[in-house]
Amino acid sequence: MKKITILIIALLAVGLVAFTNHSGGIYKTNTGNINFYSHTSLEDITADNHKVKTAFDASSGKLQFSVLIKDFEFPKALMQEHFNENYMNSTKYPKSTFSGTIENMEAINLAQNGTYTSPVRGNLTMKDVTKEVTTIATFTVINGVINAKASFNVNPEDYNINIPKVVSKKISREIKVFIDADYKHTH
Amino acid sequence: MLNKILVIILLLTSSLAFSQVMDLLDDGIPEPNTEYTSATFKTNRVVNGHSIETVAKKEFDFKISHRFGFLSTGVYELFGLDGATMRIGGDYGITDNLNVGLGRSTVDKTYDGFVKYKFLKQSKGVKNMPVTAAWISHIGITSLKWPQPQRENFSSSRLHYTHQLLVARKFTEGLSIQISPTVTHLNLVDSTKYKNDIISIGVGVRQKLTHRTSVNLEYYYVLPDQMDADKTNVLSIGFEVETGGHVFQLFFTNSRGPFEKSFITDTRAKWLDGDVRFGFNIARVFNF
Repeated sequence: MKKITILIIALLAVGLVAFTNHSGGIYKTNTGNINFYSHTSLEDITADNHKVKTAFDASSGKLQFSVLIKDFEFPKALMQEHFNENYMNSTKYPKSTFSGTIENMEAINLAQNGTYTSPVRGNLTMKDVTKEVTTIATFTVINGVINAKASFNVNPEDYNINIPKVVSKKISREIKVFIDADYKHTH
Repeated sequence: MLNKILVIILLLTSSLAFSQVMDLLDDGIPEPNTEYTSATFKTNRVVNGHSIETVAKKEFDFKISHRFGFLSTGVYELFGLDGATMRIGGDYGITDNLNVGLGRSTVDKTYDGFVKYKFLKQSKGVKNMPVTAAWISHIGITSLKWPQPQRENFSSSRLHYTHQLLVARKFTEGLSIQISPTVTHLNLVDSTKYKNDIISIGVGVRQKLTHRTSVNLEYYYVLPDQMDADKTNVLSIGFEVETGGHVFQLFFTNSRGPFEKSFITDTRAKWLDGDVRFGFNIARVFNF
């Protein structure tokens, strides 16, 4: 009897710790937006993905993204085909992921409407290449919905994306990536 | 007993709480996705004949095709380059799946037009479809002067039609194969011995070499006893290279004509006699 009581207390403690660890809970969306924009004097290229899966843990500040490359939509069908076939090999590398932390999580009061900023640092993986990315994200809390916005630059050559000489001047080496997601509480 | 239940509940909740920390995005529910295959072929022609690819809505694919003379003519004709036939034309996307096209060929001074509709798309996921399929109907009008103006000539004799079911599958990233059952209707044939409706089966194979280049093979098998026995089947081997908005197809073929009726039912030259031509197609896509 005593043993069981101890066990229960131990388990309760573990359970409690586990729960308090993310008392803030998980905030999530499956319809986040990512836009990227490549500007050169010859051509501007832009694409949107409106099916971005992302979540963060309000207690630890842990942040994750998962993006299907084929879900990027281009204004020109041919560009989309070339993006998937020639540059991203999206059949071989269907996903890009980001895993990082909102470093100033404790300063963001999710119960209080307002705008907060925090550095975000983490690892971006594309085509099996992982690189560290840092940026400053803006969090806007409106009645329990948290909108997050951020942008950073990506050099395609860092991620094993080969650009042939013929189109070299049409594709920027500093592609601007914009993130815009509305997170809702799930647990 | 109660204690035991409590223990189990607690175990479950604490393990649940932990699993959330492991991966925030994994909710254990498989994604209800359908993934459609793209780029089964690089462009909407395999070599001579159509592939299942269509141009996207409001896009115009401008095409210039050349077929030169026989390589066997030697240096005097610069291996056929002195004599060329050509077609100028284009494909337009009314929708992503419905295309129309027009062209004019020097061969028999032929105007041709077609309507193409893609009705199946290869996909996997929630919707599983092993193949992509399209229907295409061509009409051609020969505008040559009547060879025998003294006899009674009907303008309907100038017309010919080709209908094709195109069925293709992208087996791997590199390999795509297409089968194209085809019927060509000729309003006028040379003799009552020959059929007006000619049935053939086309086979097209594409093997990618790099991201931007591939080798294409195309063969149309005409079922026996339908045409003049001197006629033969068309076999073409091509090399494709894509540079941004352009696709270049360089190929060898034994056919003279760049439109269906011509290369399926009018080919007489034989590969084995060395009667092979060099040719190329240039395609450029414009957006409207």
